[in-house]
Amino acid sequence: MTDGQNDRSLEKYRRMQRIRQFEDLAEAIHAQGEIPGALHTYAGQEASGVGACMALNTEDYMVGTHRSHGHPIAKGAKLRPLMAELLGKATGICKGKGGSMHLSDFSVGSLGETSIVGSGVPVAAGAALGSKMQGNGRVALCFFGDGATNEGAFHEGLNIAAIWKLPAIFVCENNGYAVSTPASVAVPVKDIAERAKAYGMPSIIVDGQDVDAVEAAVAEAVERARTGGGPTFVETKTYRYADHAVNMGRILLDRGAEVDEWRERDPLKLYRAKLIAAGTAADILDRIEKEVADEVADALQFARDSAYPTQEEAFDDVFVDRLPIPDFIKA
Amino acid sequence: MAKVTFLEAIRQAQMEEMTRDERVFIMGEDIICNVFGTTTGFVEAFGTERVRDTPISENGFIGAAAGASMVGMRPIVDATISSFLYPAMDQIMSIIAKSRYIYGGQARLPLVIRSCLFYGNSNAAQHSDRNYSMFMNVPGLKIMVPSTAYDMKGMLKAAVRDDDPVLCFEDSTCWTSKSDMPDDPDFLIPLGKGDIKREGTDLSIIAIGGGVPLALKAAATLAKEGISAEVVDPRSLVPLDKEIILRSVRKTGRAITVDPAHQSCSAGSEIAALIAEHAFSSLRGPVLRIATAETHVPFSPLIEKALYPSAERIIDAARRLVGARETVDA
Repeated sequence: MTDGQNDRSLEKYRRMQRIRQFEDLAEAIHAQGEIPGALHTYAGQEASGVGACMALNTEDYMVGTHRSHGHPIAKGAKLRPLMAELLGKATGICKGKGGSMHLSDFSVGSLGETSIVGSGVPVAAGAALGSKMQGNGRVALCFFGDGATNEGAFHEGLNIAAIWKLPAIFVCENNGYAVSTPASVAVPVKDIAERAKAYGMPSIIVDGQDVDAVEAAVAEAVERARTGGGPTFVETKTYRYADHAVNMGRILLDRGAEVDEWRERDPLKLYRAKLIAAGTAADILDRIEKEVADEVADALQFARDSAYPTQEEAFDDVFVDRLPIPDFIKA
Repeated sequence: MAKVTFLEAIRQAQMEEMTRDERVFIMGEDIICNVFGTTTGFVEAFGTERVRDTPISENGFIGAAAGASMVGMRPIVDATISSFLYPAMDQIMSIIAKSRYIYGGQARLPLVIRSCLFYGNSNAAQHSDRNYSMFMNVPGLKIMVPSTAYDMKGMLKAAVRDDDPVLCFEDSTCWTSKSDMPDDPDFLIPLGKGDIKREGTDLSIIAIGGGVPLALKAAATLAKEGISAEVVDPRSLVPLDKEIILRSVRKTGRAITVDPAHQSCSAGSEIAALIAEHAFSSLRGPVLRIATAETHVPFSPLIEKALYPSAERIIDAARRLVGARETVDA
């Protein structure tokens, strides 16, 4: 392994660690009531997000989903504004107006993490259209789950990207479940990637627990997109450990030993073993884990120290100009 | 100054803005074949990259317009008929209206979605919607419903230059009406600014879209009876020029709203409530609403026409309202 490859590998490991530790901490403080609302965690899917984003440049676009914590971190976002957003603070990446389902950092190319399933697909197609018209060489990558592929928006977005040969990459993070409904009962084909055939779109199925494999698959798709070859569909076979939202569905969904089986193929554990086997010293990885722990703790401290938005700020960002503030709010 | 029609005003506004700013492009169903005449000569002028025919896929291409606008383009979507916005409600309501807000101002969506109100001509219920009011119930969408060619051109140009999403509703009953049009390529009418279409002292008729020419016709007849009606055209519903409405009603003491939409939760109803809430002490009678009857639009022309607002219904309401003054004053 060359130094360059090694740096890249360590960066992948670091980003997966960031996601995992960020969410572990978020889950702990959510349980104590410090984070309001629902928490949709990405744990188990880290290799999918990080592998895909490592194949992109910072200025490339990305659209994601309600399971929004992993994508921005995978693309290189700073943790402080993300944690502050979870706590509903004014310093949050969305100024406290988005929360757990909308951790979208436009400074790293995000164009939204949307909580209406499937609705990001046409948006990503449109961003790719913008890139193509501007001739700027950027690509747009869209993350969505298995459940989204039953939405009309998914099919319409894929069709538009295909007919216009747009520089788009559609990454289906197939974690096996739409809330509690298994993909096996909601999708009539074995591999969701088969659906790309209907749009004449090449597809790749990849082990979503293997960050290098995901990166290689998406890199191939990115290369096709940048060179005018149009969109590609990538299905990452992955798994989420938690319920649809943390602690939401224990009664609804008993997945039995399945979770433990998938934990055997935990993407962080697999990658750590792979790096060590390739000659990386364990203490280098330990140090990364420690650095990430400090980073996550710092993010939480920042979030805790930050102020909540003022009531007036609820009227900002509906339009470019602030809305008038009603009398009952002023009083 | 040349006289141009409402449809020609749309064509000119688009042509001028696409010429001025290469980020502006137009897409929609059958744009190239140019169904209503608002894109005549566009492919020749701008090519098929900026004049895009789309599949019949409203949620897809309206969502794509949202995505393109977020990365610096300024799309105009021609959605043809306003009834065709329904398949795209997902993108309009959840993405276009809310993205700027939920991402704390990181997103900007400068796009215009045009569609016509295609009623009054035996197209039956699924093609005859006057549905702008529905979109007023979700923050984040600017909404314009101009009634003259002059307003159409100035406002559409302003909408294209606006950094917020704008829904432009084009009343097909106004399509052939003509205005003197300024030659200034920067002729703009800002959204949120209403217009007094006729001054009067006895009552205010606040009319929307195709209701405006009906109100003007009614006002001309009422004038012969000695009733002086003021006709107020809000021109845009979001933002709504509340002051021009309230100022007029405070002056006249009477108000009638005219709205081609169905009455329940219509823009006319919202304006009536606004008047009742903020100009109550000036009122000398109830605020009356003229809207479309609360049934679907039928195909057969003999039973379709009577459902809509008409000059006769406005005249009748005005007479009752002015008559009420004598009762009250006595």
